[in-house]
Amino acid sequence: MAINAGAAPFWMERPSLTSRIVKAVALILIVTVMLFPFWYVLSVSLSSERDLLGANVALIPLHPNLGAYTTIFQGAVVTSALEVSIGVTAIGTLVCMLMTTTLAYGLSRTSQVPGTKFVLILVLGTLLFNAGIIPNYLTVRYLGLLNTYASLIVPGLISAFNLVVVRQFFMGIPEDLTDAAMIDGANPLQIFWHIILPLSKAVLAVVALFYGVALWSDYFGPLLYINNTAMWPIPLVLRLYVLQGQALSGAEQVGQPLPPAQTLQMAVVVIATLPILFVYPFLQRYFVQGVLSGAIKG
Amino acid sequence: MIPRAETAPIVGSEVRSAAGVRRGSESTVWSKVRRERWMYAFVLPGFVFFVIFRYLPLLGNIVAFEDYSPYLGFVDSPWVGLDNFRALFSSPTVGSALINTLIINGLQIVVYFPATISLALLLNSLMSPGVKKVVQSIVYLPYFIGWVVLVSVWQSVLGGDGLLNHLLNSHGLGAVNLMTNPTIFKPMMVLEYIWKNVGWGAIIFLAAISKVEVHLYEAAVVDGAGPWRRMWHVTLPGIRGIAVLLLILNLGNILTTGFEQILLQQPGVGAPAGEVLDTFVYFQGILGGNWGLSAAVGLFKGVVGTILIVAANKAAHALGEQGVF
Repeated sequence: MAINAGAAPFWMERPSLTSRIVKAVALILIVTVMLFPFWYVLSVSLSSERDLLGANVALIPLHPNLGAYTTIFQGAVVTSALEVSIGVTAIGTLVCMLMTTTLAYGLSRTSQVPGTKFVLILVLGTLLFNAGIIPNYLTVRYLGLLNTYASLIVPGLISAFNLVVVRQFFMGIPEDLTDAAMIDGANPLQIFWHIILPLSKAVLAVVALFYGVALWSDYFGPLLYINNTAMWPIPLVLRLYVLQGQALSGAEQVGQPLPPAQTLQMAVVVIATLPILFVYPFLQRYFVQGVLSGAIKG
Repeated sequence: MIPRAETAPIVGSEVRSAAGVRRGSESTVWSKVRRERWMYAFVLPGFVFFVIFRYLPLLGNIVAFEDYSPYLGFVDSPWVGLDNFRALFSSPTVGSALINTLIINGLQIVVYFPATISLALLLNSLMSPGVKKVVQSIVYLPYFIGWVVLVSVWQSVLGGDGLLNHLLNSHGLGAVNLMTNPTIFKPMMVLEYIWKNVGWGAIIFLAAISKVEVHLYEAAVVDGAGPWRRMWHVTLPGIRGIAVLLLILNLGNILTTGFEQILLQQPGVGAPAGEVLDTFVYFQGILGGNWGLSAAVGLFKGVVGTILIVAANKAAHALGEQGVF
């Protein structure tokens, strides 16, 4: 991929000193602006009360401790919200991937399979319009999905955009490979499972990340469809404690003072962010490869 | 592939009646369907999903023409014709929500686009692949952070009780209100949006830049063009197609503004400054029970969005660009 091409071409002049300095300053500025807020949040979450007193600013926790985290994990609210979020994200990503890849494969040979072209147009049409919040809400309601975990997954099972990306990639797989397997007596399900999917790891990784991130950070879905606060996933709990400033209930320990509210709040932010930071480095190398194979070529 | 199917029966016998040929081709369609029955099994679940969750809800827009009540349902709710739309166009709150939406989106297009393109140009000009890679992974990161986390993080730095005000206070300076200030609410929304998306948005321009033919640069060098002129006369024209395409997609969404983002922060600044069409629909319809009016707003938004995207696409074709479809 030329994006990461190494050496400069021979005709390119060496950049002048000023332009290099300007670039370096710009880069440092950009990187700082992007990373500093995360650093600050992490730092506050690890600070002890002394670090936050008076004029102190917790840029670096001088007396780091995990008090906020232990307090949170001893309480029920965040832990149960974490369980909900992890469950919904894991199951949801799996089901979304299954639905997306099967449909993408089914629509990958529209010229040979009569009728699938129509389905493809139907799918692409949804890129142009959206029924709107109220009709979508009423659909979920009429299907009896209100206050179920399914309501967090089912309405977003297939994103047309992700479908296009995956389908585009499937279509780029040489037909010789599938033909050969067909002659060996493999049925399309076997071809799909043993040839198509393993060859598409890069794009599948990226699309899974998209679905996973969307499920993990979705807060409008649960806000709309789930009234029972015991079923809330982590974004809603985060909103309640950090943005609406409610005290973290059920986290009190007997005989021990609570960590400062600010560190508790920032610890919840860290907990909500950590899973994404954790998978990010592994999937990151597939970004350009996976995204562009679908988006640009098409 | 269709021609092949239609010639197949003719190969067998050249002297066939037209009817026979037609029957022959019909049977090949069916035999194709039978042969590919597996493919239909692949398509079916997804097809059902799109019908139920993307097309059936369109019928729900009938609510926009009713005085809908969930207890009466679609059929028994009284039909009010265009009353909801009359209310929509005469309502000052809808008007201000529309204006807020347009301002935020307008600012976004004007600021965000140049920002992504500049970032892509900057990244592209980096010589060291290592530095480029590190910077890229850092600037992509905020794209994957949800809005609740993002707003929380921004609050902790810029909010009333955040780092910035702490620093100002400890130096005896007055506090500044950035996060819940109605007058700067809209630029703040755009800034947050840029922070979250600028890196990811640059990917696509980076890719487009990498596809610009090298010999164009070489020719420009031969003609004595320096780096700036090469950027202006080669790189930027080379990515114009993609820029137009993204602009069209954005125009189609001009009435849709970062809904989750604003829903989270609108309560902090109040409706006059912070209400946009989507939050209006949510607060009025889902929470307020004003189903008919809010569905009418949603429908209006959807129809205008679709018309805009089709029109923008036509305009792009007229200007000689490729467009989206």
